[in-house]
Amino acid sequence: MPSNKSVSDAPITQFINCRILRDHKLQRDDLWVREGKILNPEKLFFDEQGYADERVDCEGSIIAPGFIDVQINGGHGVDFSQASDDAGSGVSFVAQKILEHGVTSFCPTLVTSPADVYHKVLPQVKVHDGGRHGAGVLGLHLEGPFISVEKKGAHPEQFLRTFRSGAGSLDDLMEAYGSLDNVAMVTLAPELSGSQSAVRELCRRGVAVSLGHSVANLSQAEDAVRSGASFITHLFNAMLPFHHRDPGIVGLLTSDQVPAGRTVYYGMIADGIHTNPAALRLVLVTDAIAAMGLPPGRHTLGQQVIEIQGLHAYVAGTKTLSGSIATMDECVRHFKQASGCSVEEALEAASLHPAQLLGVSHKKGNLDYGSDADLTLLDDGLNVRATYISGEEVWRKGS
Amino acid sequence: MRLVILDDYDLASEWAAKYIRNRIVQFRPSADRCFTLGLPTGLPRAHPESYHSYMWNNFFKHIDIDPANAHILDGNADDLEVECQAFEQKIAEAGGIELFVGGIGPDGHIAFNEPGSSLVSRTRVKTLAKDTIVANARFFGNNLSKVPTMALTVGVGTVMEAKEVMILITGAHKAFALYKAIEEGVNHMWTVSAFQQHPRTIFVCDEDATLELRVKTVKYFKGLMHVHNKLVDPVLSVKDQ
Repeated sequence: MPSNKSVSDAPITQFINCRILRDHKLQRDDLWVREGKILNPEKLFFDEQGYADERVDCEGSIIAPGFIDVQINGGHGVDFSQASDDAGSGVSFVAQKILEHGVTSFCPTLVTSPADVYHKVLPQVKVHDGGRHGAGVLGLHLEGPFISVEKKGAHPEQFLRTFRSGAGSLDDLMEAYGSLDNVAMVTLAPELSGSQSAVRELCRRGVAVSLGHSVANLSQAEDAVRSGASFITHLFNAMLPFHHRDPGIVGLLTSDQVPAGRTVYYGMIADGIHTNPAALRLVLVTDAIAAMGLPPGRHTLGQQVIEIQGLHAYVAGTKTLSGSIATMDECVRHFKQASGCSVEEALEAASLHPAQLLGVSHKKGNLDYGSDADLTLLDDGLNVRATYISGEEVWRKGS
Repeated sequence: MRLVILDDYDLASEWAAKYIRNRIVQFRPSADRCFTLGLPTGLPRAHPESYHSYMWNNFFKHIDIDPANAHILDGNADDLEVECQAFEQKIAEAGGIELFVGGIGPDGHIAFNEPGSSLVSRTRVKTLAKDTIVANARFFGNNLSKVPTMALTVGVGTVMEAKEVMILITGAHKAFALYKAIEEGVNHMWTVSAFQQHPRTIFVCDEDATLELRVKTVKYFKGLMHVHNKLVDPVLSVKDQ
């Protein structure tokens, strides 16, 4: 319609009356979308002499890039770590539900499980785009089984594994998981012998490596980063505390041994229960479990039974935390309120930083021209009003 | 001429905006009847500080103009002379400029018609004077070597053919240029002075811009403000026409 069609005649949508997160600041500006991507309106105006087919009045909402959750174990009764024949629909069900929390892309996470769970579930979960059906799957996050016994947290001890020494770590990975095809991230403990070569193998295949559930010292953690590790799974939880003579994994935040040009990101469960947050390369994750979205009671997390007490999720009969029942937007609100950070910082911790961690920030996690139009519309209290994937409305409050 | 003096930059801007709005509404533009607004032109397109970006960010993106109706001289055109002539042609085809809005340089230039420009000049390529380059350095990180040295501009003659000319002048650094433009003679070294021979010119300025004028001039025109204000009060709306 309104364009000289020199580039495209696809319809153009203009979001008006909104504040958008761009260049790390909330700015009063319109957002333009065509064919699922953010469009440069100046080029449209001068080169194509085009304007919008449709205007969406955002009534003063904040438009943030859609949230990206890189650690979520399930929700609404679905537990990703079960050897289900229909793991795909479990993932799809959760994918649809989390649209309400402003999440447009996620990494379904599996906790430490016996080999048959991985072998059954992994082939059923594929990387795919989001849409009306639900948030997009960026790949699986495999948290375990190559983790430390001393910091297993809620992971079942009998299914933990080590690497058989020698160059066999790829064999160990394949034996445990079956396939790495749709895996975006693996969490492992870098003090395990043979783990350095595992880190390199995974990075070579484009899988992000995260350090967690570990008693590694700083030097072992730095080795892992040099081999390619780029993330810390739920910082502070399930690792040694920062000790002044050996800062451990936490010491990576202040280490001068991180190679130039590389960044180490760290995940925080900002549900108000797991930790006091800090800022910078912070990636907010929910670590949500099947009980998220459901009333209190007993639920499963892989091979464990979990009990919900209020907002806490414990391994049944213990006081060991196991995942959370927080939603992503709750985490964003709590993080902002507890840390006193700016709105922009809270929003970027849930969108830009996870995208950078997973190496997809050229198309996700921001509102730059050319990026996928995955959007979260929020009010001033950072409550989600509507969610868009590729420029299409996939959820609206009250619908 | 009309000389409208407001207390400060914001008030001067607001007065000018209301005046332009009223002019557009009174003209009753329609699909066949374009209100042609002329604005000074400038630098090559490719830069984020280009006039395209400037006009987009400060004007076009805030209004619902049909992009086909926005014409900016293209400094990247293959044949600049053809580009300039085509621009003059487009003005003629649109029925001539109804209202030309411009500023004034510290050297008294209108658009980029630098001192020495012919007072009957048309749209063409101009080499910029040192004063202009210095004045524009702030858009290029105060690095003089990065400021473009040439610009496409409408000519003084082109602007003289507009039905009405409005010049906005604010700030003490423009005061001497305003004095030369309206209290001295018509002179091609201060090209804005050409508008002394235009039947409908209106200068909108703030107090600081009047600092070099005679007290008599300022008092006379301030005394006329009640007349001038009738031009902007009431602010008209298309719905009422």
